Amino acid sequence: MDANEIRKVVMAELKRIAPELEDVAPTKPLRDQVDLDSMDWLNFLVALNERLKIEIPEADYRKLGTLQQIVDYLSAKAR
Amino acid sequence: MIEFKLPSLGADMDEGKLLEWKVKPGDKVKRGDLVAVVETPKAAVDVEIWQDGVVQELITKPGETIPVGTVMARLAAAGEALAAAPAPAPAPSRHPVSPAARKHARELGVDVEKLPGGGPHGAVTVEDVEKAAKAVPKKEVVPPSDKALAMRKAIAAAMSRSKREIPHYYLSQTIPMQRAVDWLTAYNEKRPVTERLLIGALQLKAVALALKDFPDFNGFWKGDAFEPAKGIHVGVAISLRQGGLIAPAIHDVAERSLDELMKSLADLVRRARAGSLRSSEMSDPTITVTNLGDQGVDEVFPIIYPPQVAIVGFGRLAPRPWAEDGMIGAVPAVVASLAGDHRASDGHRGARLLAAVAALLQEPEKL
Repeated sequence: MDANEIRKVVMAELKRIAPELEDVAPTKPLRDQVDLDSMDWLNFLVALNERLKIEIPEADYRKLGTLQQIVDYLSAKAR
Repeated sequence: MIEFKLPSLGADMDEGKLLEWKVKPGDKVKRGDLVAVVETPKAAVDVEIWQDGVVQELITKPGETIPVGTVMARLAAAGEALAAAPAPAPAPSRHPVSPAARKHARELGVDVEKLPGGGPHGAVTVEDVEKAAKAVPKKEVVPPSDKALAMRKAIAAAMSRSKREIPHYYLSQTIPMQRAVDWLTAYNEKRPVTERLLIGALQLKAVALALKDFPDFNGFWKGDAFEPAKGIHVGVAISLRQGGLIAPAIHDVAERSLDELMKSLADLVRRARAGSLRSSEMSDPTITVTNLGDQGVDEVFPIIYPPQVAIVGFGRLAPRPWAEDGMIGAVPAVVASLAGDHRASDGHRGARLLAAVAALLQEPEKL
């Protein structure tokens, strides 16, 4: 799965949590933009784990601040 | 004979609209079964029944709005079921139904057995099914703006009553969370993302355990007296994306393991946001916990949800200066706050409750 496909999955899961979401600035903090609380964030990661079969350790959360960082992180793990 | 009445699903509910019956006359029901879906100002709620019996008569019709306490249905209690049950109605004369009509009826959600047949020999045809489907009243869809308005009205009513009737006092305590954070980090490190805990689960459990020693904060102010609750059912304030909030209960929080509590919390948040809560979750909270830490606030000054007598708030978990053993350092800490009903308790007891919550969070492995 390439980065574009991963970006589509990430956006689809974000929109499932926040149906009102229209667009996301890729390099701005994601949780602020989408108003994700801790439970939303956990559910988002669970959904990515289920869709992409990629495990995301809690220690890596700090690497996932923006949409671009999430896509880069998952793309690297998917290789 | 059992009278099934519309229950009150919170201080902000005076009436409800029956959306759907989940049972029909003749059905056996047991304690805890879902029998109806009722729309309240805050959500559509699956209403449970708390007695065993056999449904005899459905009095309220779907679409009707009725006051809390209205008898919606009558049931025969388990022992009287046979004696009280009305003589069985003569079996309806069955019309022949063409396979195509039966299939089409299933697709359109039409009960084919109740249709008069318009075809040869009274047979039910595809045209009959389509005609019936058009005649079925569509479930009334409340526009989002009206829902938001109803939600705000409900919150306004409950919070105005709270501020009008309840003499609040407020206390807060900064709680060092280094031990809890270290324990949680180690706990989550070994677990897949589906099994991880949030710090909010530890806070909920700590509040519930503390309430065992401070039952005067767990219950209701009714009439002129405090009525302690039998269980510790913590209402969790959940914000809804479309605006407003709802605070359904997790039952028996003190008795649940952290893993169970986390699963219950995740499930409750998901169902609250999907509009699929149960009546017992709406009516049973004995205290409320609200956590606004994710939004960055240091401290919460919450308002009690009547007839409850206390609410506990948590702010954000953040590094703060902390002195220990004569040394100042930065430790992760959270400010816990309590709003108490001064009719039911005093500040001295409230301060001890917060101290108990703080002490419990220093031993996360025991939660």
